[in-house]
Amino acid sequence: MKDFLLIFRSEYKEVPQRTEEEAKAITKKWMDWVGGIAAQNKLTDRGNRLFNTGKVLKSGNVVTNGPYTEIKESIGGYTMIKVGSYEEAIEVAKGCPILSVGGNVEIREVSPM
Amino acid sequence: MQNADICCDCHRSTIIGQRDFTMQQQELIPHLFRTEFTKITSVLCKLFGIEHIEIAEDIAGETFLTALETWTYKGIPENPVAWLYTVAKNKAKNYFQRNAVFTQKIAKQLLQAENENPEIDIDLSEKNITDSQLQMLFALCHPSIPAEAQIGLSLRILCGFGIDEIANAFLTNKETINKRLFRAKEKLRTEHVKIEFPDITEIPKRLETVLTTLYLLFNEGYYSESQDSIVREDLCLEAMRLTYLLAENKQTNLPEVNALLSLMCFHASRFPARKNANGEIILYQDQDETLWDEELITKGMYFLNEASKGNTITKYHIEAGIAFWHTKKSDTKQKWLAILQLYNELLIIEYSPIAALNRTYALSKANSKEEAITEAEKLNLTDNHFYFTLLGELYKSVDNKKAKMNFEKALALAKTKADKQVIQANIDKFEVNG
Repeated sequence: MKDFLLIFRSEYKEVPQRTEEEAKAITKKWMDWVGGIAAQNKLTDRGNRLFNTGKVLKSGNVVTNGPYTEIKESIGGYTMIKVGSYEEAIEVAKGCPILSVGGNVEIREVSPM
Repeated sequence: MQNADICCDCHRSTIIGQRDFTMQQQELIPHLFRTEFTKITSVLCKLFGIEHIEIAEDIAGETFLTALETWTYKGIPENPVAWLYTVAKNKAKNYFQRNAVFTQKIAKQLLQAENENPEIDIDLSEKNITDSQLQMLFALCHPSIPAEAQIGLSLRILCGFGIDEIANAFLTNKETINKRLFRAKEKLRTEHVKIEFPDITEIPKRLETVLTTLYLLFNEGYYSESQDSIVREDLCLEAMRLTYLLAENKQTNLPEVNALLSLMCFHASRFPARKNANGEIILYQDQDETLWDEELITKGMYFLNEASKGNTITKYHIEAGIAFWHTKKSDTKQKWLAILQLYNELLIIEYSPIAALNRTYALSKANSKEEAITEAEKLNLTDNHFYFTLLGELYKSVDNKKAKMNFEKALALAKTKADKQVIQANIDKFEVNG
């Protein structure tokens, strides 16, 4: 078993005002997906969501508002899974709710230190 | 010295055979054996130190042997508990006098501690009994002792179970249990485990092992494959009693303790409805909910409320939440949506095959059978008969042929008579309906 980091990206846009019902429905989709990974005993760390905004520190103490406003996509969250291969990791990632809103999942094998 | 087991083993068979005993007495003695044996053992063991655990057990055992002999002919004294304590104290003192090594090594220290008071004070007050039992619980559930041995030792020392009863609960023989307990006691000695409350800062960490043991103890009773239903329910009740001791104690009255107690109350509330007249298991969906114990359900809700004070969320909290929803029999969408989310949370905290299977069942109820089948196929728990039972259940009326095939696979893997009966009943339904 190897750890793979799943990074969820989607196009950055102003968060539309959601009703409580809509927000609940989105949370349920994510929870059902992560719960399904855990039910296969393939979850290492449920990870976290990230806020849309952030800072980027560059060399020479240059701090910019970030992450990368010139790039349309931003990281919305991450999850760590444990599977045997990239093929398996892709299978797991296929259920990710980010895909249904036009986002993508970057899959990276962890190289342990 | 008589082995303490003689007493405990006979309390169900021999005593009941004594003609001189009235019905009331017949019920009283096993009850006393169970409750007082553990109290006397804990107090003496705390006094002597864990390395002399057998001496404590033997003295408690001999006390009951004396009681058995005396009471049979003279009748039960007015205050049997006080009688037992007096005899236990005398036996302990006699032991000090008889055993030179023990007297030199232990009694000397005890005497010194008692400010050179020649009377050794054996404190069998309610407070010291409770404290001793709690401290004993922490000692027996020391992280250095394997879980299985912790449960065995707790059953023996804290719940007053006979070796044959423990063997029955674990579906093994007395010899295996004796060996297991012997090794565990050796370990307690070599690790110099102390009978004391852990330091207040250490309590949450040490409590984890204690709660795991109590949780396993309860489950052993609830899901035990042992045919003896009395032993099984006793296991659960003892686990509840010990957990209750923790909740009653200020230092250990923590949210996770209340959560575990709540979970136990909710489960135990179904005891009266779980078996038919022949002792066969009745599945949840077929139970007569009017037999569920309302009082225990109410207690469960009280403890769940206590558990929610603070910011800790443990697996016991989540399992108590799931058990709470199961106290509502009606099959509402709201119920299953809530249960599904709780199983998601539970699995994220800790994976277990049974939680994975239950989550998938909840998924079929909350979302759809089709989604549940897709998810079930990914679980791949092909050595588990519950896995095929689940698939059989999910394929029902979606694809009856597949449903039957899965139940047949489950039947081939099932081990207990009760499980086989349930699965066979499912297969039979397909034969009748074509």
